[in-house]
Amino acid sequence: MTTLTNTPSDKVSASQSALRVLAETFSARALGDRAQALLLPTIGLALFVAFWHVMAPQVNTSLGTFPAPADVFEQAGQLWQEHQSEQERAERFITMQENRNAGILADNPDAEVRIRDYPGAPTFFSQIGTSLLTVLSGFFLASLIAVPIGILIGLNRYFAAAVNPLIQIFKPVSPLAWLPLVTMVVSATYVSADPMFEKAFITSMITVTLCSLWPTLINTSVGVAAVDPDLLNVSKVLRLSFWTHVFKVVLPSAIPMIFTGLRVSLGIAWMVLIAAEMLAQNPGLGKFVWDEFQNGSSQSLSRIMVAVLAIGFIGFVLDRIMLLIQKKVAWNE
Amino acid sequence: MSKSHLELTGVNMSFDTPDGPFVALENIDLKIAEGEFVSLIGHSGCGKSTVLNIVAGLLQSTRGGCVLDGHEVNTPGPERAVVFQNHALMPWLTVYENVQLAVQQVFRKTMSRKERREWIMHNLELVNMGHAANKRPGEISGGMAQRVGIARALAMKPSVLLMDEPFGALDALTRAHLQDALMDIQQDLNSTVIMITHDVDEAVLLSDRIIMMTNGPAATIGEELVIDLPRPRNRVTLANNPDYVRCRQAVLSFLYEKQTFPSKDKPATGAPSPAPSATVSDTDQPPTKAADTAATSSHDAQARERAIA
Repeated sequence: MTTLTNTPSDKVSASQSALRVLAETFSARALGDRAQALLLPTIGLALFVAFWHVMAPQVNTSLGTFPAPADVFEQAGQLWQEHQSEQERAERFITMQENRNAGILADNPDAEVRIRDYPGAPTFFSQIGTSLLTVLSGFFLASLIAVPIGILIGLNRYFAAAVNPLIQIFKPVSPLAWLPLVTMVVSATYVSADPMFEKAFITSMITVTLCSLWPTLINTSVGVAAVDPDLLNVSKVLRLSFWTHVFKVVLPSAIPMIFTGLRVSLGIAWMVLIAAEMLAQNPGLGKFVWDEFQNGSSQSLSRIMVAVLAIGFIGFVLDRIMLLIQKKVAWNE
Repeated sequence: MSKSHLELTGVNMSFDTPDGPFVALENIDLKIAEGEFVSLIGHSGCGKSTVLNIVAGLLQSTRGGCVLDGHEVNTPGPERAVVFQNHALMPWLTVYENVQLAVQQVFRKTMSRKERREWIMHNLELVNMGHAANKRPGEISGGMAQRVGIARALAMKPSVLLMDEPFGALDALTRAHLQDALMDIQQDLNSTVIMITHDVDEAVLLSDRIIMMTNGPAATIGEELVIDLPRPRNRVTLANNPDYVRCRQAVLSFLYEKQTFPSKDKPATGAPSPAPSATVSDTDQPPTKAADTAATSSHDAQARERAIA
């Protein structure tokens, strides 16, 4: 097959090999590889659901048996229904007010009219919205603090040595330990007649910030300290000013490390948030879980399980989004 | 040769190591004329790079100094552009942007935006890299990236071009190609060049003068060799030129007969007694007694490697 002479038999073998390539493309193995990519995760998921389905009824609690997949699915639908009917009610409430206001204005054009917000309880889905807003605010604030300080630590080893003990001590602190302190400080300092944000929101956000800034801080400082010495020499030879040096050499060089840190930070922020919301009573997913637990109805466990799955899924999606941004921004991707 | 353009006088360099000071360079005296192409050659770890870094201003000599056009060199600057061994291009910038970073910095005040753009492209064309202006360093070969590194250095219009083993990381064919390109460019621009190399053929082919360094520690200039071959030089026809062969022979004999590989017979010492000789430029530095008796440990060798690096 590998002879170099061009004989008729070689032509035959050439067409044969072309066929073989074609055959290999659609061979059982190639198809199998592609199927494997989808099949194995599906099998894993199916096995897990089956195991869950079988085991759940065996676990008895004071609120009935542990929710089986079907119960959870049912409650997910239920929560969606509640959300929609609540939205309809809210719309009706607003249109009712608007109609009434129109009437008042027709009688007296100078009358002062107001529209009140719908006073109903937040639904599961609006709680997801609150949680996302809180986690993103906390994460954004953490990044705003961690990246500049990380750069300073990476650039200056004296500063790094001075700050290092603080990082080592505060990094492992649980959000639950911070929360009472944050709550009290926020209560004492965030005083306003017409607050823009709820205190619970501020408390949760700050707790998220305090717990999630460390990975970004550490990764940024490592990334900055690890800039290729040749590039640093280029910067010296060019006599770049401090800011040009930071923005044109150091920061781009550290971007991949910074993003690795940001992804870890966002993951931690999301985990911390649920705990913070439970205790701070911020109307997000954490509060949903806590309220359902306190409520203690026969459906509570199923509804909590819906929240657990939603939390996991959202965390996964957040990580994927960060990965996409990283691929857009980082030069090494 | 015209009056000296760059002058190193009594340069000594010692590094602090955990085992005490390590003397890397001792009594380096070197005068380089404008437009001269000088190669530094010597075994690994003999402090060639240290000399170059002192001229670049990236290292400060312990004693002695370096004067360029009547000004002492203390800090790095674009008038002493450096070409690094592995191109040292910013991987996140395109080829054009890499040169632009340098041009922007050096000619921000003296050139208009349009002039700068033309100057960047001119330098890229000089090294035949105009076609790849919008590629990133990761998308081009090592040889091409090194061309861009040279273009960036040339774009600074340096008084002295410092090249630290510029072709060391390239394959033989690419290296030959770039050597020819460098010869042409140097011929055109009449730039002053100091180049570090390991390669005897490269040194003889490119240089007006070869500075041969003794082995460290306390390395110094062992011999100097003026290469009087006519330019332009052609590597193929030179191969049989008796002058070329003689020069090549001289360098080889220095490197492999007078200065054998350092770790074998030149032990590292904490602080060798400095030999107070006034002129060492044409004599082979004899090993000191202290150096002869001290034992070499691998630890010392490692410390020395670190200090040199």
